[in-house]
Amino acid sequence: MTTTLSHKDAPMDAARGNAALRSKRLRNLGIAVLGWSVALIIFFPIFWMILTGFKTEAEAIAEPSLFFSPTLENYHDVQARAGYFNFAWNSVVVAFGSTLLALLIAIPSAYSMAFLPTKRTKGTLLWMLSTKMLPPVGVLVPIYLIFRDLGLLDTLTGLTIVYTLMNLPIVVWMLYTFFKDLPQDILEAGRMDGASTLQEIVYLLMPLTLPGIASTGLLSVILSWNESFWSLNLTTSQAAPLPAYIASFSSPEGLFWAKLSAASTMAIAPILVFGWLTQKQMVRGLTFGAVK
Amino acid sequence: MNKTRASGRTVGGLRTLSLQAPAVTLLLLWMLIPLAMTVWFSFQRYNLLMPGMKGFAGTENYEYLLTDPALWSAMGTTLLLVGWVLAITVVGGTLLAVLFQQDFFGRGVARVLAISPFFVMPTVSALVWKNMMMHPANGVLAWMAESVGLPAMDWFSSLPLTSIIIIVSWQWLPFALLILLTAIQSLDDDQVEAARMDGAGPIAIFFNITLPHLKRAISVVIMIEMIFLLTVFAEIFVTTSGGPGLATTNLAYLIYIRALLDFDVGTASAGGVIAIILANIVAIFLVRMVAKNLED
Amino acid sequence: MATLQLNNVVKSFEDTQVIQGVDLEVKDQEFVVFVGPSGCGKSTLLRMIAGLESTTSGDIVIENQRVNDLGPAERGLAMVFQSYALYPHMTVEDNMGFSLKLAGENKEARREKVLEAARILQLEPLLDRKPKALSGGQRQRVAIGRAIVRNPSIFLFDEPLSNLDAALRVQMRIELARLHEELKATMIYVTHDQIEAMTMADKIVVLQGGVVEQVGSPMELYHHPRNRFVAGFIGSPKMNFLPVSAESAAADGVTIRLPGGDTTRVPVQGTGCQPGEALTLGVRPEHLVLDETGPLQGRIQVIERLGGQTSLYVEMDDELITLMVDGDVTHRVGDEVRFTFEPRRGHLFTGDDMALESLERHPLASLTRLDHRAASDAEA
Repeated sequence: MTTTLSHKDAPMDAARGNAALRSKRLRNLGIAVLGWSVALIIFFPIFWMILTGFKTEAEAIAEPSLFFSPTLENYHDVQARAGYFNFAWNSVVVAFGSTLLALLIAIPSAYSMAFLPTKRTKGTLLWMLSTKMLPPVGVLVPIYLIFRDLGLLDTLTGLTIVYTLMNLPIVVWMLYTFFKDLPQDILEAGRMDGASTLQEIVYLLMPLTLPGIASTGLLSVILSWNESFWSLNLTTSQAAPLPAYIASFSSPEGLFWAKLSAASTMAIAPILVFGWLTQKQMVRGLTFGAVK
Repeated sequence: MNKTRASGRTVGGLRTLSLQAPAVTLLLLWMLIPLAMTVWFSFQRYNLLMPGMKGFAGTENYEYLLTDPALWSAMGTTLLLVGWVLAITVVGGTLLAVLFQQDFFGRGVARVLAISPFFVMPTVSALVWKNMMMHPANGVLAWMAESVGLPAMDWFSSLPLTSIIIIVSWQWLPFALLILLTAIQSLDDDQVEAARMDGAGPIAIFFNITLPHLKRAISVVIMIEMIFLLTVFAEIFVTTSGGPGLATTNLAYLIYIRALLDFDVGTASAGGVIAIILANIVAIFLVRMVAKNLED
Repeated sequence: MATLQLNNVVKSFEDTQVIQGVDLEVKDQEFVVFVGPSGCGKSTLLRMIAGLESTTSGDIVIENQRVNDLGPAERGLAMVFQSYALYPHMTVEDNMGFSLKLAGENKEARREKVLEAARILQLEPLLDRKPKALSGGQRQRVAIGRAIVRNPSIFLFDEPLSNLDAALRVQMRIELARLHEELKATMIYVTHDQIEAMTMADKIVVLQGGVVEQVGSPMELYHHPRNRFVAGFIGSPKMNFLPVSAESAAADGVTIRLPGGDTTRVPVQGTGCQPGEALTLGVRPEHLVLDETGPLQGRIQVIERLGGQTSLYVEMDDELITLMVDGDVTHRVGDEVRFTFEPRRGHLFTGDDMALESLERHPLASLTRLDHRAASDAEA
């Protein structure tokens, strides 16, 4: 009896199953369309900028169009203007220089906070973060004057120092978050094996937290690369990095959109790729342990 | 675990001190010297264009600033900018995080596209929006408006602050999305399934399970964004230069105008002190929030 | 020749004293086990000996040298961690040779010593692997190998078996005992598992709340616990405790009134004990025997049959009493049973939980594995 019954029900079940399946597919399709639309809208300005970089100046200001014959002329022009490479080189030196310096200063500090905590550790960490909340504009004048008197205005050294200090709190924080994930036993085993503090850091801590250190470093590079307040105010020409170069296009006489787009594309491309590759790691450090 | 954590505190305060000294000393110098100088200058008559007129000014600079309508307008602009961008990015970021947590075709690529603006330097994004998106004649938005028969809008003159808010939100939305998405992904599936067994629909799950789970991540987003939003500068510098009038002049930009355009160090420093006080009020509130995160 | 003395060792974290004045003497080649519930300070004490924790006051003396101010590596000790704490980015060989590398030994010398340790632990085929690719037991052996390579005067073990499954734990227990024989080294071992303590130790140190409750051979602790805590902690299943009162007490024994009303005479030193005083009687489950005329009785609540043995959980005056009886008893849940015990198996505890001393020392109480070794060495 039961078998016949189930036979009779089978087509109905199948029909119901198909309907459920179809509505689920529809829902998935809807989500995909929505997700992609949002992503494309958000990305559109960047996409448009990259596209404009391959247009002629005339096409750039003509009615928006996806169809045109791409040209590399702008990239040639931008490279030909000796300026671009100076600015780009300045950006590279300052971003990487300040990041290396910040890591060098921050690693011992984060090590001691993570593995030799005292009653004051938490307070020190919060204080460091609070220095980050000090608006740079509040101290712009003194820094400007100090730099002027020390001859650091418009120098790579000066900008590197500023970026190092600017990023130090966040670098210490992120490293601290990553270091805290390392089981302390491993460092203690090293201590039993006769490792000095420096050896512990070099042979054990650094190799074991390399992904964390790398993503911290990359975030620091990104923040330095994109920093626009100090670079606009403390440099004029000699040491000006890319943000200052790009800003020079805001003046009416600098309005060559296609060239601007080409230069901008070159200015953001390395960091964009960096960011894409390391977003997950980077975010974990940035959540300050709020997300495991 | 606790017992191993507790251990370190014994091995010697001296070691802790020497390891932390470089970072702490540098930050202390970086903070205190300019701070002291700013406070000092704020009581001085000091204009770089008039070197002969140096001297003690008392509270003159503050009086001048506090009676200057520009200051109040700048403070209002700063708060509006921070408030709107925070609201847009946190709400938008949460919704997007829920969206991008769903599995769909090409999700990884779509997500990477959506977070891209975070990696674009502020001067570039400001220029792109100014020249290619919002330009009244050649911008994409103008073209779109015209193609549906609407008059093209000159964004930066008719809605200057809104335009800035849009640009800054575009830059920070991806950051909120990144952090909140990471947080959502750490949500225990069992919890969601238990709620579903209890008969909760998607909306009930969002408000009763997902949102509470995101609380700490949201507080981190607010904190970090606040640090950067209080000092938005390049976006204004590149697009509106604070105008029209004072419509988009925030505190950071006002001090910049006073110091580097008017060369009035005294007044600029007084503005700096006010900015620092404002930031400290915010910081006290923020640090509490983070300290709570540190607890567990 | 490695000996260790602790003289009134104290450890404080801020306001709380976690080790409250410990005195201890560890002989050469002795296997000493620190045992106690979690939070008793046993790990802290071990880490103080290792030099990973500072000592607030008191002396730690290794081979007649005060080592309080020496760093961990300078004390000539090696430690095996609970989590193994292998260096995940190094091969087994590099893990074991790391201390030698830091000490500046050349590659050949390192390799030789590592191979020797690997031979003892049968790790030769694994030398090129990373810790990730090893099983729990193998990791454990690498951690031990890393200790052996240092040729330490004393081995320290911090709950080394707690991350292994039950079968492997038994195997590693035997292996550690064998290793102890082979290396003839002094070992200090921390565990919360009294079975590990009983099976491996020459000397057990029972800790609670940062205080040493008792030090002695396993059989001494089993047969002559100094107080109620040790009595309850050593032995499994746990000792049963019954409230009783003293009828009469003298130097040659104490007569007590049992809950059922009967009296019995326990051979313990009773001077100082007053008639009528409330005492606690302790009897181990394996020492309670079913007896239809026994003075104690209750109703069976739960039966656990292990095959060879059966545990009966009997309710008596709202207390659950455990009996370890023969595996073939046919009782059912709900049955009323009567049971008894040999008076010399009874322990009596006064109101402050201290044990009254037995009149007769158990013949095995002073037996240690060290004695076995001495005997076999003498034969050879």
